Amino acid sequence: MRNPLSQKIMTIQPSGIRKFFDIVSEMEDVISLGVGEPDFDTPWHIRDEGIYTLEKGKTFYTSNAGLKELRVEIARYLERRFDLHYDPVHEILVTVGGSEGIDVALRAMLDPGDEVLIPEPCYVSYLPCVVLADGVPVTIELKEENQFRLTKEELLAAITDKTKILVMPFPNNPTGGVMRRADLEAIAEVCIEKDIYVLSDEIYSELTYGEDHVSIGSLPGMRERTLTINGFSKSYAMTGWRLGYICGPQVIIEQMTKIHQFAIMCAPTNSQYAAVEALRHGDSDVAQMREAYNQRRRYLMHAFKEMGLPCFEPFGAFYVFPCIKQFGMSSDEFATRLLEEEHVAVVPGNAFGACGEGFLRISYAYSLENLKVAMGRLGRFVEHLREWQK
Amino acid sequence: MREQILTFLEKNSKIDLKELAVLLGSSEEVIANEVAQMEKEQVICGYHTLIDWEKTSSEKVTALIEVRVTPQRGQGFDSIAERIYNYPEVQSVYLISGGYDLLVILEGKSLRDVSSFVSDKLSTLDTVLSTATHFILKKYKDYGTILGKKSKDERMLVTP
Repeated sequence: MRNPLSQKIMTIQPSGIRKFFDIVSEMEDVISLGVGEPDFDTPWHIRDEGIYTLEKGKTFYTSNAGLKELRVEIARYLERRFDLHYDPVHEILVTVGGSEGIDVALRAMLDPGDEVLIPEPCYVSYLPCVVLADGVPVTIELKEENQFRLTKEELLAAITDKTKILVMPFPNNPTGGVMRRADLEAIAEVCIEKDIYVLSDEIYSELTYGEDHVSIGSLPGMRERTLTINGFSKSYAMTGWRLGYICGPQVIIEQMTKIHQFAIMCAPTNSQYAAVEALRHGDSDVAQMREAYNQRRRYLMHAFKEMGLPCFEPFGAFYVFPCIKQFGMSSDEFATRLLEEEHVAVVPGNAFGACGEGFLRISYAYSLENLKVAMGRLGRFVEHLREWQK
Repeated sequence: MREQILTFLEKNSKIDLKELAVLLGSSEEVIANEVAQMEKEQVICGYHTLIDWEKTSSEKVTALIEVRVTPQRGQGFDSIAERIYNYPEVQSVYLISGGYDLLVILEGKSLRDVSSFVSDKLSTLDTVLSTATHFILKKYKDYGTILGKKSKDERMLVTP
């Protein structure tokens, strides 16, 4: 029988997290800090709207681009929160999670050989999606000393004649790093000068602590070369509803809508109705969750300090990215031993790119009680490691 | 800062102030001072424990009593409210807008306890025009907490 698989798919590695997931699932009494989704339930009024629309029989396809009502609310929301101005009719596509936006954008924009710059550590799907779209992923290694921000110099060093898109994954999973306005301005300048498009994944935009998130598409000259991805998963704790959106110039959105139309048809209808409710009446829920995350973030930073685990202070998402290089072992080894000895699951930093080696991703999408127990165990583990090393 | 402290204490008054200082990005001293000041100003009136008495062996009956009264000249509802809230078995007294005036929450050991309070004490007050007593059959949620429901983390253990 002939090989059923394409050569392309065989070059793609399964996510590094998968391996870890398999070990964790076998164990009992594990405290996991390895989850990339909010611990909160979707706020009740949003769930209630979902139930209501099901009861009313709103179970049919919507238009390909998504409910008009929802796109209008998205446009209003982006304007009010991030000073982004998009036409709801031509410039917004409602997708199945932010992830679909990544895939569809790359497929609509790349020709074979086009290079896509991906700052790492980052979320695991950009790289394989670039490969699947026949592009060439080029990673940029972000540095802890820069708080894992992308600098102008790093960007310039990675650009070639073939560079077409820069992925901007901020606020960042897994580091929690954010880009401030001045940082973005420096990047924008390069993108304009070198004629590069930006795919800005802002799924964590509501989860920043201290200063509000700045959208690169709102900077002068960037609107026409930026695709902004966002969604409901993180900000409204709606991961399972699978709903996101991508906004950008009409010429690109139009073509993306074709792919979306043929591959997906439309995003889930009752998720879309629930999302309308979220955008209209969900601001206070977001604020409450943000405050809770911020408290946990402070708690973890304090706990790391007490146990002598260096960690740059992250101001976004719900992850901290402590450095474990002092123990002279790999992230994988540290995470595996922590799991075996103390039954605490964290994700090795290298699952998010080679430069994440020496770090751990610890999620604080957990209750404070959980975090306390976990930090107790982690502290004990670190003590043991130090004793053995003596 | 005060509002943040109160929001937290309202949910968990047992929290260690040192820990609260970490969570709110402040110092223990500042938090302790604020709390002391709010206790003094009676912004904080007490620290209570939420108990699901259903799960204990003690017998308790809780009743909501709607009370219609004649307000008194010069004192409005305050003096009649005081007459009622001074009874230790009365848990809460609220002045209410709408079809009646005072809502009285009463805790007793038995139905008879409650009914004798209503007939002997409450109804006999001069200013009380009428009462309607409702017994609580089951508490689902109290003070923002859903009783008896333990939430389980349904998420997958590790996700990107």
